[in-house]
Formats: sequence, C-alpha cells, structure tokens
Amino acid sequence: MSSILMHAPALIIALPLLAAFLTPILSRFNGKKISWFVSAVLGITLLLTLYMAGHILIDGPLIYVFGGSEAGLTLPSGYNFPIRIIFQIDAMGIFMALITAVVSFLAAIYSITYMEEHTGLDKYYTLLLLLATSMFGMEITGDIFNFFVFFEIASISSVALISFRSTISGEPAEAGLKYMVVSSISALMVLFAIGLFYGQYDALNIAAIASFMQYTQLDKIALILFVTVLAMKSGAVPMHMWTPDAYSEAPAAITMVLVAASQASLYALFRIIFTIYNITLNTVTVGWIIIILGVLSMFIGVTMAIIQKDIKRLMAYHAISQTGYMLLGVGVGMAVLADPQALESFGISAMEGGIFHIMNHAMYKGLLFLTAGALFYRTGTRDLSKMGGLANKMNYTTIFFIIGAAAIAGIPPFNGFASKLIIYESVFQFNPLLSIIAMLVSILTLASFVKVFHSAFLGPQLEEYKTVQEVPKSMVLAMGVLAVIIVFFGLFPDIIVKNLVHPAVMALINQSRYTSTILGGM
Amino acid sequence: MIGNFPFVAVVIMLGLGIYSLMFKKNLIKIAIGLTLIESGANLFLIALGYRKGSVAPIYTMAPEGAKMALPTPQALCLTSIVIGVATTALVLSIIMIIYKKYGTLNTDEIRRLRG
Amino acid sequence: MIEEMSRIVRTMTTLIFGFIMVYGFYVIAHGHLSPGGGFQGGAIVASAFALLLVTYGTNQIQNFLSKDLFSLIESTGLVLFNAFGFLGIGATYFYNCVSNSGGVFGSPTVIGINSGNLNTGGTIALMNMAVGLEVLAAFGVIIMTMSAAAEILNKKEKP
Repeated sequence: MSSILMHAPALIIALPLLAAFLTPILSRFNGKKISWFVSAVLGITLLLTLYMAGHILIDGPLIYVFGGSEAGLTLPSGYNFPIRIIFQIDAMGIFMALITAVVSFLAAIYSITYMEEHTGLDKYYTLLLLLATSMFGMEITGDIFNFFVFFEIASISSVALISFRSTISGEPAEAGLKYMVVSSISALMVLFAIGLFYGQYDALNIAAIASFMQYTQLDKIALILFVTVLAMKSGAVPMHMWTPDAYSEAPAAITMVLVAASQASLYALFRIIFTIYNITLNTVTVGWIIIILGVLSMFIGVTMAIIQKDIKRLMAYHAISQTGYMLLGVGVGMAVLADPQALESFGISAMEGGIFHIMNHAMYKGLLFLTAGALFYRTGTRDLSKMGGLANKMNYTTIFFIIGAAAIAGIPPFNGFASKLIIYESVFQFNPLLSIIAMLVSILTLASFVKVFHSAFLGPQLEEYKTVQEVPKSMVLAMGVLAVIIVFFGLFPDIIVKNLVHPAVMALINQSRYTSTILGGM
Repeated sequence: MIGNFPFVAVVIMLGLGIYSLMFKKNLIKIAIGLTLIESGANLFLIALGYRKGSVAPIYTMAPEGAKMALPTPQALCLTSIVIGVATTALVLSIIMIIYKKYGTLNTDEIRRLRG
Repeated sequence: MIEEMSRIVRTMTTLIFGFIMVYGFYVIAHGHLSPGGGFQGGAIVASAFALLLVTYGTNQIQNFLSKDLFSLIESTGLVLFNAFGFLGIGATYFYNCVSNSGGVFGSPTVIGINSGNLNTGGTIALMNMAVGLEVLAAFGVIIMTMSAAAEILNKKEKP
C-alpha cells in the first residue's frame, strides 16, 4: 500500500493519460462501451485522490521527483540545487485536485447517455481524459514551466471540446475560436513571464524562485502579466467576453469541467501571488486590485445575467459573478497579509470563505449546468421563452434545479449560504461597503433564478412537449451525487472548513513551509 | 549595445503580432498574428540562454575554461514550438469550419453570438 | 489541390521523397547525440508526405496514404511512450533504468569531446523513437484531413 501512496502523484497523471491514448485503439473493437472504460478510469483516479488527501491532511506535503531518486543535485564544487521536474502537493493542491477528480468523474458518467447518439465519440472521450489530466497537472505541479505545458494542453483540449457540435450549426466553432485566441495570448504571456523569472534567477522550480525572489523591476512586469492573464482565463471582468459564448455552446458535461478548469487558473493566480511573491510585494495595493476585480465581476456578471433568454448563457454570467466572490474573499486576505493582527482576526476567515466558495461553486454550478443539459436533451432548445410547464413531467430535474438555485442564491441549509456567510462577516470588518455590495448581488442572483424557474418549469403544459419524460438513469445519477454533496456541505460546513479549507489556507499563507519541503538542505 | 538587438527584435515581433490581432478583420490575418506573438516569445527564451563566446552544449563534461551556452532555454523553446504547432493546426481547422458554415471570413459578419 | 503538377515536378518528387524520409528517420534515431530528436525528425518525415500531396493532388494520394493507418500508428506511438515511462517505475515514473546497464541502448556514456556512440542513452533514445513515430503519423492525419476538407469546400464553390 505504501508504494501506491509513494507513486500516487505520478499515477493520477499517468493513468488518465494512458487511458486517453488507449481510447482510439479500444474503440475500434467496441465503440459502444468506451464510455464505461473512461468512467472506470476516472473513478480509479478519484479513489487515488481521496487516498492521497487522507494522507496529506494528516502528515504534510508529498513530493514526487520525475526521473530520479532525490530532489537535489550536488555539483563537484559542493553547490546544491533542485533539479528535475518535482511535483509538490500540499493541502491547497489536494483541495483543488479533489474538485477536479469529482467533477471529471461525474462528467464521464453523465456523458454515457447524454452523448450516445453522436458520432466520433472516441475523440470526445480522448479529449475529456486529456482535459482531466491537464487539470490535475496544473494543480499539483511544483515547476512553473510544467504548469505552462499543462495550461496549454487544457486550453487546446477544451477548445476542441467546445467546438464538438459544429457539424450541426456554426456557433460552437465561433465560440471555440474566440476562446482559442484568448487562451493563446494568455499562455504566451505566461511564457514571457516565465522567461523573465528564468533570466533573473536561473531556476524553474516554484520553491527555488520563491526563495531567491527580490522584487526587482522585471518582477513587477511579471506580476502584472500574471495577474492580468490568469484573471482573464478565470473569467473576471473586464476580460470576460469569452465566457458566455464558450460555456453556452459546449455540451453540458463539458461546461461543468470547464468551470473547474477556470478555477484551476484561479488557483494558479493565488499560488503565484501567495507563494512566489508573498510579502515582498506591496500587499495592500495588489490586494485592492484583486478586490476591485472581484467587485466588478460580481456586479456586472449578475446585471448582465438578468436580461438573458438563453438558459446556459444566463448561468455562464452567474459563473462570472460567483468568481467575483472568490476574488473578493482572497483579495481581502491578501490586503491584510503584512499585518499579523488583522490577518489573525478576519484575514484568515476571509480567505477561508473565498476558498470554500471555490468548492461550493464547482458543485452547485455543475449541478445547474447538468440540469440545463437535461432540459436541452429532452426539449431540444435552450431558449427560455420556448420552454414551459415541464415540472410535472421531469420530477427529478425539477428538484435538482431547486436545490442548485437555492444553493447559488445563498439560502440555508445549502452550501452557498455557508461560504457566503463567512465572506460577508469577514469582509464587513475590512470595509462595510464591499459586504453590502456582495449581499445585493446575492439578492439579484435569487431574482434571476426565480425567473428561470418560472419560465422553464412552471406554467401550463405546452403542446410540443407532450411526450417529454424524465432523463435516463446515468444523468439522474450524476445530478443526484452533486445534490447529495451540496446538502451535506450545507448541513455540516464546519467539518469541511476545519479539515479541508483551513489547512489549505494555512498552506497558501505559509511560504516558508512550501519552500523548506524541497529546499530542506540547500 | 549591439548585444541587446535580439530583445529589440522580440519587442518588435510582439508589437506587430498584437497589432495584427487587434486591428485586422480577416480571420487568417488574426491567425498569423498569433503565430507572430508565439515566435516573439520563443526568440525571447533563446536569447536568454546565450553567453558571450560560448560553444554549443552537445558533449558531456566540457574541458576547463570553455563556456557552453545554456541548454535549458533551448528545451523550453522546443516545447513551446511543438505547442504552437498544435495550436495553429487547431485554429486553422476551426477557421475552415467557420468558412463552411458562415460563408465569409470577415469578423464583422461572424457575430451570431451576441448579448 | 485538384490537378497534379507538371512532369518536372512529378519526376523530382518521385526521386527525392525517399531520401527525405530516410533523413527524417536519421534525425529521429540520433536524437540523443546531435541536435534533433523525436519532434524534429517526425516533422521532416511529414514534410515528405506533404510533398507527395502537393505534387499529385488529393484524389490520387487519398488511396495511398490512408487516415486510419496513420491514426493507428499515432496511438501506438503514444502508448509506447507511456509504457517506456512505466519501465522504471521501481524508482520513479520516467526513471532511466536502461542506461549504463548493457543491452539495447545501454552502453555507458562517453565523456568528453567525441563523435558519439549510438548505443547509449537508455529510455531517452527509445522515447525519442516513440515520439517520432507519433509525430509523423499525427502530421499525416492533419494534412490528409485538411486537404480532404479543402476538396469539399472547393466542390461546393464551383457550381
């Protein structure tokens, strides 16, 4: 058992990758059952991630060196430095990896019946496995160029998945092109900033850069590049133009995985600001920039969402506004990072709220997108003005939609309420105006989801939907698992906060623990 | 002063690439702009690894007194070129699909998704 | 890309494309000794396929280079790459367990200025060949698919 634990960080990358390469060969023999194979592989990856999480939250970070037995190289002159690609998983990394594992497993299960009548399914599953591999890689790597490679793999596979339905109409291709241009520019700017780091410090390892960091002029340019492009990839305003198109034109299961991929970029932003720079930069300025990005995203996201007629576009604008909550929480924590007393009283709980909101958002936004996919599967349309009266035919979908809408609006006892309450309380002590804006946005979110529920589910039975019945079993199963998780997190939030979220926040703040794990003797 | 010329070339290429990405209306010209930005970033990486008067790093354990150019940025640049090939292939395939469905390559007319 | 090119071009292509492929395989095989390696050599071999496609036109070449075969070779190359990574799983993933051990690609590395021994390198040389196989097949699929799609678009435009 301990040898599986020792190799687990490499296995959660290597197993989906091997399955992704085997899928075209295996689908020549049996094209129908390939979805079961993919679900099995992603299920094994989920079990490995849970096993690693149990170990890391008790014993501390895990390191994995690729291609060698030790993390450092000693030159004949006695100089010791880290070498090779090293994966370092601490509590924050395993938090994000858990979200990715659950979301990609449920996407594979949902796609068993949702994508059944499509052709070219072997390419769909190959791309889904590649997307899952690259998201895992982004979250657990300790080497900044390796992060860039996984970042590019994620953007290429997600663009190919967004344009998957372009044989039917032209809009998915247009959305895919917009997303590809945005991703490409972001990745090249990340590469530029990595070149700036390498040119100054001659190191590519995140821990090594963190320990050599002096805040020179070139580092300021690198910081501006990183903050701008990683916020652009997460869908923060004012760079949010790709989000509604990309999220609405992708197949429903892929939209759920895309939300998790955007959150992986958000994780990278937090990792770079907190671990590489830490207190060398001017924390109040950078914290306020992130807070302003967050407030803009919250407000503009929800006001653009109220006027939408397409159900998935509306949910995509809500995803932008919820990203604003995460940026607000962590931005408040950043702004008080240099002040130990304020950090102790409300900074840490603001960050806890923001990071807990990441996991809650992945769960309830995933559930909402899956219900929108279920509606599209049965009625063939995404337009709210054409739907109506579906509540008494699709019982399960209605219940899951109510759970998801209550969670996103912040109604107790669902999990949105738990994380939003933590954000309201701690941000109020920092600056009361921000907290009031957050509560206002929450009320507007509730209003827009009441509108969606009324148009899609209530009302008289329409003529063309007489033969509509409930969606197949695998889709109900995927939505049901998410609903159970939402209710469980809502009823017992302090178990999750104490065991999962608080170690993650402490791992982000504590830069010296991250660097000393690799550079122990150097 | 003349040793800074690669970096000036990087800035020129990035500027031309961003100009053609933002202000041109034809989709193929946007794809060319992406390729220009990528070439600029690769040139930047390679120019970082040069040391004055050095030799190519292709044998083990250089003799005393010889300087070798750094091999790591060359590996980074190679990875980036491979990724750029995949990106260009994907962008061009999507442009072909858009031409088939919309009938035009002008970005002013490819605006069915709005709002 | 419908009509084929003139007699001069066709003759030269028939003479040269074999040499281009051999040069490409040489660059793949010597990746651990001289500049080159999997991706570069694979791109050179794929340019030989592109030369054939441009000279003879899509209709004639479609039966000669089939997309299914290329897709199969690509998947094989990728699976081999991953399998070679698992060879050294005794120490870590991607560990070079074949170098310095005798056997295929296992001689000890020569130190200093030398003309290179092909037999060294270990799993690096094996992975180079897997990647080279994959790259040439992937480029083959890309250019065959794009030229077939261009055929369809051309037919649609000419009424």
